[in-house]
Amino acid sequence: MMNRQGRPSQAAENTSRTTGPTSTGHKALDLSEPLIFEQDRPGQTGVDFEDVPLSRSRLGGLDRDQSIGLPGLTESQVVRHYTRLSRKNYAIDMGMFPLGSCTMKHNPRLNEAMAGLPGFADIHPLQPTSTIQGALAVMDQLGDWLIELTGMPGVSLAPKAGAHGELCGLMTIRAALEARGDARSRVLVPESAHGTNPATAALCGYKVDSIPANDEGRVDLEALKEKLDDDVAAIMLTNPNTCGLFERDIVEIAELTHAAGAFFYCDGANFNAIVGKVRPGDLGIDAMHINLHKTFSTPHGGGGPGSGPVTFSEALVPYAPGPFVKQAGDALTLDEGFEPEAIGRMAAFHGQMGMFIRALTYMLSHGGDGLKQVAEDAVLNANYILSSLQDVMSPSFAGPCMHEALFDDKFLKDTGVSTLDFSKALIDEGFHPMTMYFPLVVQGAMLIEPTETESRESLDEFIHALRHLAQSASSGKSNSFVAAPQYAPVTRLDETQAARKPVLSYQPPEVDAAE
Amino acid sequence: MSDIRYSEEHEWIRVDGDVGTVGISDYAQGALGDVVFVEMPEVGTNLDQNAEVGVIESVKAASEIYTPVSGEVVAVNDAVDGDPSLVNTDPLGEGWLFQVKLSNADELDGLANQEAYDKFLEGLD
Repeated sequence: MMNRQGRPSQAAENTSRTTGPTSTGHKALDLSEPLIFEQDRPGQTGVDFEDVPLSRSRLGGLDRDQSIGLPGLTESQVVRHYTRLSRKNYAIDMGMFPLGSCTMKHNPRLNEAMAGLPGFADIHPLQPTSTIQGALAVMDQLGDWLIELTGMPGVSLAPKAGAHGELCGLMTIRAALEARGDARSRVLVPESAHGTNPATAALCGYKVDSIPANDEGRVDLEALKEKLDDDVAAIMLTNPNTCGLFERDIVEIAELTHAAGAFFYCDGANFNAIVGKVRPGDLGIDAMHINLHKTFSTPHGGGGPGSGPVTFSEALVPYAPGPFVKQAGDALTLDEGFEPEAIGRMAAFHGQMGMFIRALTYMLSHGGDGLKQVAEDAVLNANYILSSLQDVMSPSFAGPCMHEALFDDKFLKDTGVSTLDFSKALIDEGFHPMTMYFPLVVQGAMLIEPTETESRESLDEFIHALRHLAQSASSGKSNSFVAAPQYAPVTRLDETQAARKPVLSYQPPEVDAAE
Repeated sequence: MSDIRYSEEHEWIRVDGDVGTVGISDYAQGALGDVVFVEMPEVGTNLDQNAEVGVIESVKAASEIYTPVSGEVVAVNDAVDGDPSLVNTDPLGEGWLFQVKLSNADELDGLANQEAYDKFLEGLD
C-alpha cells in the first residue's frame, strides 16, 4: 500500500534472513550482507499518512501511481549496511596498496585538517573575491609551486583529473597549431602509454600513431625518427614510463619533436618519481599534467576527486585555459583568461579547490628538500622490492628501476599458475594485488609501486608474501592458486561472465500478480 | 579452399575462390585470455593490407585486429558477436571473424604457412 508520495502506508511483516554455512550466514565477525534491495521490507522506514481522499490533485494527471523502487529500511539498518560493506573493502588506511601506475600513497591527516578549516570548507565559488582572498592565495601559491617544480612558466589549475589534464594539454596544442595555420593530423604515442593518451588524442581529432618500445622497455628512437614528420602535431610521452623506466633519450626526443614543428606533451602521472630532482621544462616539455592525487598525496581511488593541473611552456601559455589568479593592487582577483586565442574554460568554476588545499599542505609540510626526498624514497622502495624479488620472480627489464618494479610471468612458466591466479593468491595473504596485465608490452605483467610512504617493515612483509607465493608456485602447488582467494569475503569471481553478460542494476524478483 | 596462412600479427586466412575467411590464431586467443567483446569491420569497407579493422577485448586487454590481406569486407561472423567465447573455443573454425574479397591475391605469398608460423611462435618464447 503506497501513498502518492511512494511511501508505505502500512507496516510490514518481518521475514527471516538469508542463511549460509552458519545458521545466520555470518562467519564470526565477517558479517554476511545482502544487497540493500534484498533487505527491503516496505513499512520499515516508518509509516506515512494515507492519501487524503478529498484532496484534488494539481498535477494534471501526472501523479505517481507506482512505487519509486527505494528499499524500505530503518536508519540503523542503513548505517549497519554500509558499515558492514566498508569492512569488506580494502583501503590505503588498512594496508599497502601496491598498484603500479596508480601511486596509492598515504593521505596525511594534516591535509584533511587544513581542507576542513571553515575558511576553505564553507565557501562558494560565486562569493565576491574580496571574501575568498585566502582561497585565491592557496591557488596562487600552488600554481607557483608547480611552476617552480616543473620549470615551466604557465599553469592551468582547472582540469579535474589526469585525463582531463591531457585533454586540456592537447586542446591547447591544437589551438597553438591552428593559430599558426598549421593543421596536423597525427599524434605519436608509445606502446607502453596509459590508455588515456591515445583516447585523448582521438578525442582531439588526431590519428594515433603508435611508437614501438625497444628491448630495454624504452621508446625506440629510430622508429620515432621514421614516424616524425610535418604532419605530427605532438608526441605524448610518460616519463618515467609505465615500465618504471626513465626515458634516457628524452632530451633528444624533445629536440627531434621541436625540429619537426611538433609539440611535446608529457603525461605527468609518474612525476612522483622525479619531483624535486628533474624539472620537466629543462627536458624540453611543452605541456604536462600533474596528478595531485598521485604526486601530492590527495585522496585517490574512490576517495577522490582527482585533480590534474597542467603546466605549459612559453609557446603554449597564450592558449592555456583560465581562470588565473592575478594580483590587482593589494588584492587577488580571478582573471577568466578569455583572450580570443585561448581555448576557454575546461570546467565550471575554478578546479578542485579541496585538492588544491591538500596538495599545497603536502608541499609546505615537506618543503623543497622534503619533496626531493619523496622522489628518492619512492625510487629506493621500488628498487628494494625489485632486488628482493629478482631471484624468485622475473623482472622484465634490467634494473635499477624508477618508482615501480615490473615483472613478467616467465617465472610462472609451466607452473599452471597465471598472473591472475598469482594476484588472487596475494589477497589471501592480506594484500591488495599489484597491477596486472599492464603495461601491455610485457607478457603477463605485474607492476608494483610501493610509493615513498611504506615503511621498511611493511615492504618486508609484502616481499615475504610474494617470495612465499613464488616459491609455492614453482614447487607445483598450483591448486591453491587456482582456488584463490579462499579467505576473502567473496571468492573467485567469474570475470568473463561479468564482462560478457553484465547485470548493471538490481533485478527485483518476480512480484506476485496479486500484490 | 586453400591452406591456412598466418600473419605476424597472429591472424589467419583461408581462401576459397577470391574470398578469404579471417580469424585469430590459437596462440593469439590463448595469449588474450577469455574474449568478452569483438568489434568487427563493417561489410562493404575497403581494407588495405595490415590495416587496423577492429578490436578484440578480453578480460586482460583490448587488442587491434589487422587484416592480413587487402580487399572488401563481404561478411562478418554474427555468431561471434552474440557469443564471443567462440573465438576461444574454436578460433580456427566457428570463431572466424570476417570475410574479405581479395583485391590482390599475391599478398598471400607473403604470409606464413602452418609450418613457418609454428616456427615463428617458437621464436617468441
